[in-house]
Amino acid sequence: MLFCYVALLPVVALFFYVRIIPIGFSFLLSFYKWNLISPRRPFVGWDNYLGLMEDENFLLALKNTTIYSFSTVALATMIALPLAVFLSRKSRLSAFYQTVYFLPVITPMVPVAIAWKWIYDYNYGILNYGLSLVGLPSVPWLTDPDIALWALVIMGVWKVLGYNMVLFLVGIRNIPAEYLEAASIDGASDWQRFWRISFPLLRPILLYVIVTSTINAFNVFTQVYVMTLGSQSAPGQAVRMLVFDIYTNGFQFFRMGYASAEAVILTLIVLGLTVIQFSLARDDNVKAG
Amino acid sequence: MGHRRSLGRRLGLYACHGVLMLGALVMVMPMLWMLVTAFKSAAEIAILPPVFLPKDWSVANFSGAFETAPFGRFFLNSAFIALVSTASVMATSLVAGTVFAKYQFPGRKLLFGLVLATAIVPFEAYMIPLYVQLVGLEWVNTYQGIILPYLFMAFGIFLMRQHVSSSIPTELMEAGRVDGAGEWWILARVIAPLSGNALAAVGIFAFIQGWGIFIWPLLIANDQLLFNMELGLTQFQFAFSADIGKLMAGSVVSVVPMLIVFLLLRRRIIENMALTGLKG
Repeated sequence: MLFCYVALLPVVALFFYVRIIPIGFSFLLSFYKWNLISPRRPFVGWDNYLGLMEDENFLLALKNTTIYSFSTVALATMIALPLAVFLSRKSRLSAFYQTVYFLPVITPMVPVAIAWKWIYDYNYGILNYGLSLVGLPSVPWLTDPDIALWALVIMGVWKVLGYNMVLFLVGIRNIPAEYLEAASIDGASDWQRFWRISFPLLRPILLYVIVTSTINAFNVFTQVYVMTLGSQSAPGQAVRMLVFDIYTNGFQFFRMGYASAEAVILTLIVLGLTVIQFSLARDDNVKAG
Repeated sequence: MGHRRSLGRRLGLYACHGVLMLGALVMVMPMLWMLVTAFKSAAEIAILPPVFLPKDWSVANFSGAFETAPFGRFFLNSAFIALVSTASVMATSLVAGTVFAKYQFPGRKLLFGLVLATAIVPFEAYMIPLYVQLVGLEWVNTYQGIILPYLFMAFGIFLMRQHVSSSIPTELMEAGRVDGAGEWWILARVIAPLSGNALAAVGIFAFIQGWGIFIWPLLIANDQLLFNMELGLTQFQFAFSADIGKLMAGSVVSVVPMLIVFLLLRRRIIENMALTGLKG
């Protein structure tokens, strides 16, 4: 028993210091007004939260992040599912496709965001060049905030598609072959077999993928920072996203309490999504049981 | 009739492959475009219509990037951060995972529950208080400050616990104890050697994560000497925005280690991602 505590002590101490304490601290900090340097740290109650409700930047960030997350997740799921169904058949090319589609998942975000920024470039980007070949006008992909949001969605789908595909593939492979064979013998078409047998069995994985990728999408930051901020055909104002707004308030305006209140809202969104997932998953289990 | 149907099917299959090939092209295009642009001269980069392959493959952008910014230093910083994080995550996951899997002690459920429950909270949601804590420690602008949050991984602990509880028989550990071995000896000589695959999976995750960290170094490292590749690239981008060739060269340097890791361990990475994703 002594061994347990001695062995766990370093990792548990670390765990408390870098995770439990900051999570608790962020709730606490959200009720204070503090600029990081000043020794004065007045308690302001719900003021930070009330301020957020009237803060246009925050509301815009919340709206943009929500649109971004739901669009990215919806698109990535709708593309990944048929992709996985097709790749689950035995094919010599299956491994090749899996490798290629998975590639963006493991590449670091900053360099690929830089590459995408160049692809989206208004004057010399290959995307606008491609549009010009089919007679379409150039699109200000990153300079118009409304369009830039969708440029980020496209890149987000590209980055996460392979991950969803792989999870769906495992789910499909776990479906007992007898179920599908039995359905074939009964004369079910491919289409019927998918919707009546595979799809219901894939529901838990589908749910898991949708919720976890929505949570990840809500934390979008790096590509926003690289692609829409600063120079090289960047807009005057970046696409406001939640984490970007937290970063700006916390580390450019040093409004630590205010930024913490935003962070708390992000935490609550994530917790809400998790609760939804758990309750839906439990419903599934109850039905199955 | 049957023949026609199979012909239709075959055409459908070809159509599917056509779409998939097109998709595959889209997936690799950003990386390919980055690569070829890195080898182009300035004149070839900003022209219409764009040329795909450079006429003369030149490494001038690479040497130029390394001269304009200390990319060598950034690269070593990235490698150092990723390796220290990987080693620590593997060690802490092995120890904590084993203890949670095989030992009974008061507080076990509570602690493991905490690890699981907080794994879902995104780093971005508590980075501000963490930063404040490190200001107090005076660890801003230090390597230990950058690495600290990446020394353990909830996910790794979870993965190792799953592995140890499901595939290592408790009798093996008992046999060791009968022979008079201590718990640390059992951990190092019985459990660790039987956990190669799971440990490798944890290590790969940690390395990929550690190599790509960005928002935390952005907050905690203001001294250029501490920048990792990711942070160095973004700051370089703001300073030399017109220099697309050098920017792409730097990006290639940052992507290549991950590409090598991926191509070498492709199958294992994909399988582990899938399995752990589903269990997590």
